[in-house]
Amino acid sequence: MSNRVTNILVPLVSVILGLLVGAIIMLVSGYNPLIGYTALWNGIFGDLYTIGETLRQITPYLLAGLAVAFAFRSGLFNIGVEGQLIVGWFAAAYVGVAVELPKIIHLPLAILAAAVAGALWGFVPGLLKAKFRVHEVIVTIMMNYIALHVTNALIKTVSDGGDRTERIFTSASLRSEFFQNLTEFSRLHYGILLALIMVGVMWLILEKTTLGYELKAVGFNQNASEYAGMNVNKNIILAMVISGAFAGLAGSMEALGTFEYVSSKGGFTGIGFDGIAVALLGMNTPLGVIFGATLFGSLKYGALNMPNEAGIPLEIVEIVIAVIIFFVASGYIIRLLLLRAANKKKEAK
Amino acid sequence: MEYVVEMLNIRKEFGNFVANDNITLQLQKGEIHALLGENGAGKSTLMNVLFGLYQPEGGEIRVRGKKVDITNPNVANDLGIGMVHQHFMLVENFSVTENIILGSEPTKMGVTNKKDAADKVQALSEQYGLNVDPYAIIEDISVGMQQRVEILKTLYRGAEILIFDEPTASLTPQEIIELVQIMKRLIAEGKSIILITHKLKEIMDVSDRVTVIRKGQGIGTVVTADTNPNELASLMVGRQVEFKTEKGPAFPKDEVLDIRDLVVLDYRGVAKVKNLNLNVRKGEIVGIAGIDGNGQSELIEAITGLRKVKSGTIFINEKDVTGLKPRKVTEAGVGHIPQDRHKHGLVLDFPIGHNIALQTYYKSPISKNGIIDYNKINEKAKQIIADFDVRTQGPHELARSLSGGNQQKAIIGREVDRDPDLLIAALPTRGLDVGAIEFIHSRLIEQRDNGKAVLLISFELDEVMNVSDRIAVIHDGEIVDIVTPETTTEQELGLLMAGHKIDDNKKGELKEGEDQHVE
Amino acid sequence: MTKRKFGLGLSLMLAAGTMLAACGSDEDTSSTDTGNGGEGGEGTEETSDFSVAMVTDVGGVDDKSFNQSAWEGLQKFGEENGLEKGDGGFDYLQSQSDADYNTNLNNLIRRDFDVVFGIGFLMEGAVAEIAAQQPDAQIAIIDAVVEADNVASVLFKEQEGAFLAGVAAALMTETGKVGFVGGMDIPVIERFEAGFLAGVEAANADVEVDVQYTGAFDKAELGKTTANRMYQGGADIIFHAAGGTGNGVFTEAKERKEADADANVWVIGVDSDQYDEGQVGDANITLTSVLKRVDNAVFNISEQAMNGEFPGGETVVYGLADDGIDLADSRGAIPEDIMTQIEEFKQQIIDGDITVPETVE
Repeated sequence: MSNRVTNILVPLVSVILGLLVGAIIMLVSGYNPLIGYTALWNGIFGDLYTIGETLRQITPYLLAGLAVAFAFRSGLFNIGVEGQLIVGWFAAAYVGVAVELPKIIHLPLAILAAAVAGALWGFVPGLLKAKFRVHEVIVTIMMNYIALHVTNALIKTVSDGGDRTERIFTSASLRSEFFQNLTEFSRLHYGILLALIMVGVMWLILEKTTLGYELKAVGFNQNASEYAGMNVNKNIILAMVISGAFAGLAGSMEALGTFEYVSSKGGFTGIGFDGIAVALLGMNTPLGVIFGATLFGSLKYGALNMPNEAGIPLEIVEIVIAVIIFFVASGYIIRLLLLRAANKKKEAK
Repeated sequence: MEYVVEMLNIRKEFGNFVANDNITLQLQKGEIHALLGENGAGKSTLMNVLFGLYQPEGGEIRVRGKKVDITNPNVANDLGIGMVHQHFMLVENFSVTENIILGSEPTKMGVTNKKDAADKVQALSEQYGLNVDPYAIIEDISVGMQQRVEILKTLYRGAEILIFDEPTASLTPQEIIELVQIMKRLIAEGKSIILITHKLKEIMDVSDRVTVIRKGQGIGTVVTADTNPNELASLMVGRQVEFKTEKGPAFPKDEVLDIRDLVVLDYRGVAKVKNLNLNVRKGEIVGIAGIDGNGQSELIEAITGLRKVKSGTIFINEKDVTGLKPRKVTEAGVGHIPQDRHKHGLVLDFPIGHNIALQTYYKSPISKNGIIDYNKINEKAKQIIADFDVRTQGPHELARSLSGGNQQKAIIGREVDRDPDLLIAALPTRGLDVGAIEFIHSRLIEQRDNGKAVLLISFELDEVMNVSDRIAVIHDGEIVDIVTPETTTEQELGLLMAGHKIDDNKKGELKEGEDQHVE
Repeated sequence: MTKRKFGLGLSLMLAAGTMLAACGSDEDTSSTDTGNGGEGGEGTEETSDFSVAMVTDVGGVDDKSFNQSAWEGLQKFGEENGLEKGDGGFDYLQSQSDADYNTNLNNLIRRDFDVVFGIGFLMEGAVAEIAAQQPDAQIAIIDAVVEADNVASVLFKEQEGAFLAGVAAALMTETGKVGFVGGMDIPVIERFEAGFLAGVEAANADVEVDVQYTGAFDKAELGKTTANRMYQGGADIIFHAAGGTGNGVFTEAKERKEADADANVWVIGVDSDQYDEGQVGDANITLTSVLKRVDNAVFNISEQAMNGEFPGGETVVYGLADDGIDLADSRGAIPEDIMTQIEEFKQQIIDGDITVPETVE
């Protein structure tokens, strides 16, 4: 079997298998998979509203995916995207409600605050890794909890004992009347543009700058990088700071776009953790992250319509969605099976 | 003649690439049969076919006269074929016995019976003179001993035919001698051996017959006694090969490297370099001879700024570079071909072009204002690839997929192209075949002739003798003596490396002692 | 190569989706038809064209707490008015994350439900936003106030029920120590805490109260360890206002009862009657439960809306006086004489003689 054929067959078979197994799960549970998938389809592309909301859902996934991917490319596993996102969310919302400024200043300031907060949250594990070789996975996981509870406490303080802040001033909002009118009042906001610009920024950093060359070299082989005179520690810190800034921006999407406020959370948002899957699905490349975020965001959002339109319980829907993503991610296994099948055929001849 | 294994007209393809084309190898019972070829000639592929890891596209395999179909390594095991891999497949924190029985643990009522296994290992060890302690933990024993564990593993599984894949690559000279004895003992006990190697000396020492392959093609089989290293080398490379690199006399000038009273500690705080003094002048090659682990690595790392200096000073061109960062040392005029090319020399997952820029990527013309120009990198890489005969599909090919020799040529190209005043070459030919070694040696000499200083660190006495103008012998972190290749012998160097200082009047006696090496 | 693979995968997925959508559409219309037919058959009553639905918060519809209670209210309303689950009748949607509230509310409004409930204070922001975008929709929110003409806000005087729980605990304790386990430290839960403290104080000022917040509504394991510490520290009755986290309090108490049938451990449940939660063999460790009759509120608001009296723009507060808050039947766990005292306090609150504080001093 030629390479080209395999490359076309693998994703095709992955998706079909995922849909098939998902269908079997629905059948066994007593639901009609055709109606279920129709609902999924309609939930993603059904009308302008759902398309708008799907894009809205994709936005934070894009940035969270970039954050994870960027760290991965530098040889670091940033599980702390979740925490960096939460502090970014709070920082942006805080700037959004604390002052009222002309939009041209206020909005960039709020976005910047989110990036800085996330960067700071990435700086700590980066510093500990560089100076004391403390594994970033441990530190970032702990920083997630710190982020969650510190922001909850801050929200309480800021809102005089309440559980959420006021709505941000419109001067800090990413919401777009144009997009809202276009998509029948979906919450689609300008953040999607910012996220796409950031995809470009990550690509530029990695592919066009001296810094990107160093980060990639350090990511692949720290010994050789040190041999070549690179400052490995500086690169580790910088990678975590940039990764954290992307994560912080993902938080600003929620603060300034989707919600326009921040409320206390009983648990994690999950976006940061899903970002790991997004990055890995996209093989840690900027363009790949667009693919991963689109797949994740669409399925995640479209899934909401399955209970709504097809009456399938959310628990079953979650399993079906997980199965589809699982099969897309296991392209490697399918490649292997295809090769086996081809070999068998050859032997049979 | 009785053959235990016959591989007839084997053909193996990977996509459009033919790794083995019509190769025939016939192993007689009780012989050591060498399989000779350059790196990438297809030796390992052929053996993996025999071991069941690859399925051939053509040809047939016969074991003891019967046609067989070796679909996986278990089938090979059952046929009595065992393989001693170049990279040992041992669990570091398991005992010798545990490693040997791994995968075929003898059980009594479901409980692993280690005692019986250990006794059996002990018996085998004695039978073949392997001298292995069945209860030793792998990480505590030497590399040579680990290799014997691999041999025991195959014997334990009842192997009659042993394949040795580059067995001497990581052994010390003493261990090599012992290995040769073990192989002869195995033959005496009725085993048959296929020895994969590109080292001619070993072949001449131990093998009965040699099958040569070149670029995937079977060249032919010769009887070792009827041939000589020169003939084998030409068969392998396909042209005449010079063993002794041509070199004229050296004309040393000013000092480039001057090391005074250097003390360097290892990571545990133990002094590995002790009050070392050494200088290297323009236009000469100074070779550092010594047994691995006598402070060579620490010395190089200290010079290049990769390791802290405890005390003492290092001057490059009269500038004090002690304790400077690696980049500052590099910029002071030092080129460094590192000892471990995979760990330090290359970013294996980078394209080879990126790797060639590893020391210059941040400087104009490649980088300007933090923006890197990959076109410039690739232009430069193409030039170096051409100048240094790096066999690759181009600058975009991953460094990982190049052969060892070509990786090393790329590193040497990168370092030499910057025209450093001092070139440090640490084990520059490790694991390479004769063709590549010849090339690298001539490049080092060319640097010298261009008036540069070269510091060569090697564990191979031939290399030190061949290339150096002066030889500094290192033992336990100190330079015990500095000799010239014209006035010394390998014998003498060996004693010096072991820490014996020799009186001048005894030198003559030793020199008359027979030189067992073929060159 | 990789890029192309991804692009391809995506387009294939879209293509597969289109095919499925095409196949599915027939099915879809036919099923809707039968649905309508069924309703048409029964639809002799004029009530059949009224419909109502709700969106749960992240707790889910089976949280054994206010989401579940609200759904029960909706089911009861549906039954009494001959409605069916689904379009044109009554229905619910669950939310997986905060971001889903808007979508779920919107989806229900687009399915033309006459009233849509947002259950829980977490939905405040979403309800405010959707209410502004959909001025013709009627939305009700539980446990929060949204100021909009088309939104009815429903609050409860949790403190009144908690007060009675405090009285019961203070009079029943044998160790002189009782516990309070809160979920997140938010105003609603603070009302429970304040009421409970005031009730204990009023009945027996000597009784000590151990107050702990777990910070989450969905961490049963956290509830269990907190309860363990409290029982270990000498408390014998724990009142929880912690949703799913409170299930852990029950687990801990049941394990203690199981290990030692004579153990004196009690739990006071919250929101709905949690008697079933406390069953250990033949014994039961549920002392009573503070009932927050979200079901009654949902039922009432639905009924008002059906009669054209939807309280849009108003804030409706339910307390002891109007059956929005109550104490569950103790099924004999609380002796008659103590019940009498509790009833007296209850009457005083209803009469306005006691005003229970909403916040902890």
